[in-house]
Amino acid sequence: MASRPIRVLVAKPGLDGHDRGAKVVARALRDAGMEVIYSGLRQTPEQIVKTAIEEDVDVIGLSCLSGAHLTLFRKVIELLHQNNIKDILIVGGGIIPEEDVEALKEMGVKGIFGPGTPTSEIVDFIQREVGLIG
Amino acid sequence: MIKPETAEAIQKAKQEWLATHKFKETKSEFKSVSGITIERLYTPADIDVDYLEDLGFPGEYPFTRGIQPTMYRGRLWTMRQYAGFGTAEESNRRYRYLLEQGQTGLSVAFDLPTQIGLDSDDPMAEGEVGKVGVAIDSLEDMEALFDGIPLEKVSTSMTINAPAAVLLAMYVAVAEKQGTRPDQLEGTIQNDILKEYAARGTYIFPPEPSMRLITDTFEFCSKYMPRWNSISVSGYHIREAGATAVQELAFTLADGIAYVRAAVERGLDVDQFAPRISFFFNAHSNFFEEIAKFRAARRLWARIMKERFHARNPRSWMLRFHTQTAGCTLTAQQPDNNIVRVALQALSAVLGGTQSLHTNSRDEALALPSEDSVRIALRTQQIIAYESGVADTIDPLAGSYFVEWLTGEIEKKAEEYIEKIEAMGGAPKAIANGYIQKEIQESAYRYQKEVESGERIVVGVNMFQTEDSGHRELLKVDPAVAEKQVLKLNALKSRRDNVLVKERLEMLRKAAAGSDNLVPVILDAVKAYCTLGEICGALRDVFGEYKARDYNG
Repeated sequence: MASRPIRVLVAKPGLDGHDRGAKVVARALRDAGMEVIYSGLRQTPEQIVKTAIEEDVDVIGLSCLSGAHLTLFRKVIELLHQNNIKDILIVGGGIIPEEDVEALKEMGVKGIFGPGTPTSEIVDFIQREVGLIG
Repeated sequence: MIKPETAEAIQKAKQEWLATHKFKETKSEFKSVSGITIERLYTPADIDVDYLEDLGFPGEYPFTRGIQPTMYRGRLWTMRQYAGFGTAEESNRRYRYLLEQGQTGLSVAFDLPTQIGLDSDDPMAEGEVGKVGVAIDSLEDMEALFDGIPLEKVSTSMTINAPAAVLLAMYVAVAEKQGTRPDQLEGTIQNDILKEYAARGTYIFPPEPSMRLITDTFEFCSKYMPRWNSISVSGYHIREAGATAVQELAFTLADGIAYVRAAVERGLDVDQFAPRISFFFNAHSNFFEEIAKFRAARRLWARIMKERFHARNPRSWMLRFHTQTAGCTLTAQQPDNNIVRVALQALSAVLGGTQSLHTNSRDEALALPSEDSVRIALRTQQIIAYESGVADTIDPLAGSYFVEWLTGEIEKKAEEYIEKIEAMGGAPKAIANGYIQKEIQESAYRYQKEVESGERIVVGVNMFQTEDSGHRELLKVDPAVAEKQVLKLNALKSRRDNVLVKERLEMLRKAAAGSDNLVPVILDAVKAYCTLGEICGALRDVFGEYKARDYNG
């Protein structure tokens, strides 16, 4: 396990304005002792990756409810690869149809958390996975 | 209202009854979704209602029992399913399908680039074109969207806010081509920017020029479009973002007060524009609380308009509203259960006297709804309307000790919030300082914690779970939509009179820098086939862009 608290960027890629879930998750992670940066709305993948690097985060949580998840999550991951970053855990949530989950996992989104997921499940997942990377 | 001595006797008898029947209950306290404590039993002693003053008759002040003297006996509510995806042509097909199935009004969902004033070829639009609604780049798309649909016969609601004036202008221009005058048009633009800053997120410009655009549309509509709702002040999204019923009501009416105030300050006569203000509420899961909320909303708004703004036209006092069932209550687990949730929520809206209704589809926690799901959702409304008998008499729950008590309680709590917001300088200030956002976020987090602790039960999610099985037919938006839109846009740009386009955009910039009403100028730009992105771009040049602060601290 890392000696410092886990640092998480909760980000809203694209134009989607639904941020209830992102904010609730951000707060739950904070309450679980993590350091959380919330990006705010309408972030480009470039902005998200830049913030992730500047803030030296262990985890990026992407939230999208507009149906643009395949395009936008892929772009974030590609940019991370271009920057030679391999040790950031990527998780995502939103309105994501079952059939897209496989494609997202293949591109490197380690955990997908749909509607109804208890925040404790997300906390546990992150703690376990970051422990493995670190 | 009952005599004080009778009330006292009832209270006393109730205390004795409670003392005699000390049976254990399953919880120490019963609470509504909004955190209102609910008692075991209500009696006449709990309600402080003066019938003529506080309830009165439908169609008369303060409209607690409904806004029309006949309500659904005269005409049923408008069944209006929010729809739109992909290209204008595809959405046009869905609208025609819905109209064939007995839907009585249209409700247009726009994709996010359209809602934020970007064309489909904008780099920011990548991945979003046609996803949550239809992509509209220019008048050409709008013509395709309403192709074969006679606009003098249907009423159309458009969920569009920051660029509402532009889409309104496009609608007027399409109607003109069909031979329909603006004064014949019936419908609504949402046009409610304050809740975008507070809860929904599709803002473009800073608050001041945004409020100006809204006042401009108020003025334009009051002059040329007497049957058009120039705004739909929306609590729906405030509720979806996590607010309680009381907060939804309070923040919505506080926003309403801000719009009325802005227009009055411009010098408009309140009775000229106020009759065309409409509202939009959420129908959440707590059945009686929702009914009480709708009743309280009417009474509260009537009093605000009469007492605060001294409106004299009874139509200015009337709170007319659209309702949508609560998207946030839909579960991805066991999605067919959502049909039942939606039916109960829809019933509360009807018992609450809604003017129009959208019922959500069972699969919306997973994707946009399939045609089958939409049909069930529409049929749900039709069953309530034609089979249940609830539409046969007006406000049937009036006089229920519980419902009247709850109506009064919600009204009182909402009033306290409104006064607090007014003391801060009104809704725009309360949003600028983050107060409203923080209140909503607190409620959202509390709700989540209640669900996770098991204090609040969501069937199929934290109780009565089953292994999910079975493949579902979900709607998939054609991935080639963006490509098609861009091709269409390029073709338009090479075909149109680009000198005229430049000229009209320049005129718009000039007008935006001045103080004239912008709607006619936007209409000229639209008719010259300036694109939505170009028009909003010209306005951005002058107005700048809004940047949100994070209040999640």
